[in-house]
Amino acid sequence: MESDRIEKLLGKYLEASTSITEEKELRTYFTQESVPTHLEQYAPMFQYFSVAKEERYTKQLSLKTKRFNYRWLSIAAMAVLFFGIYFGNEYQKKKEAQYAYNETKKALTLLADNFSKGTEKVAYLNEFENAKQKIYNKN
Amino acid sequence: MPFKDKLYRLAKRLLVSKEEAEDATQEILMKLWSKNENIGNYNNVEAFAMTMTKNFCLDRLKSKQAGNLKLVHSNYGDDSTSLQKQVEVRDSMGWVEKIMEELPEQQKMVLQLRDIEEYDFDEIGELLDMKPTAIRVALSRARKTVRKKLMQKHSYGIG
Repeated sequence: MESDRIEKLLGKYLEASTSITEEKELRTYFTQESVPTHLEQYAPMFQYFSVAKEERYTKQLSLKTKRFNYRWLSIAAMAVLFFGIYFGNEYQKKKEAQYAYNETKKALTLLADNFSKGTEKVAYLNEFENAKQKIYNKN
Repeated sequence: MPFKDKLYRLAKRLLVSKEEAEDATQEILMKLWSKNENIGNYNNVEAFAMTMTKNFCLDRLKSKQAGNLKLVHSNYGDDSTSLQKQVEVRDSMGWVEKIMEELPEQQKMVLQLRDIEEYDFDEIGELLDMKPTAIRVALSRARKTVRKKLMQKHSYGIG
């Protein structure tokens, strides 16, 4: 009955001159139950093709977001680093200024102390002058 | 992505191992994703993706050739003891898979694209950069090889 046509199609199939619809016909023919014994050898081939078409990609795509996170993480790290360097410098400068201020203050105090010592001596000299004036006035 | 299964099946056909194929598919999908903005410029995204998959897998194979590729299949001779018809059929289908693994890469791809994914010759030609006559020859050879080897296995199994 139909097997004549199928045999013809198989011949064409092996020469790769069947059309897609004809190949579909072969596939449906061999996936049904009753296949004549002399054609049975072809069955696994077409059955396999039909089964193989059903295979699915089931793995979830999970790495995508992770990779983006890494990128953003590196950007954030860079930002933090730059801020750190910038503000670190600022802080360092502040500290230096404070130190310089303290040193100057110390030096100025020292100067002031010595000055006051000087003025004391000068005040003493003044006393001497007063006494001298008194003596002059008496004479 | 409606054609990701096709990408996966092509990758699996070429790389054989399930894990490798999954990795490859993921890689390709990611590459596609990163090209998201200008994807409209390609008039056929599916063909583009398939070509990418093909190239990626072939590169993989090339880089692995120095390694341990050849140990995958050599020990499937002892599966002739199955008694039930169903098991037998399933075995034969496994054979077809194994036989396809042994085909040269080009024939493998042509057979995959034609008999499983039902692409027409123009599409296959575009994907594999082959002329229609060359495709026809490769396809015919692949089909004949599969049939021949299947018959060998079959007669061993029965007789």
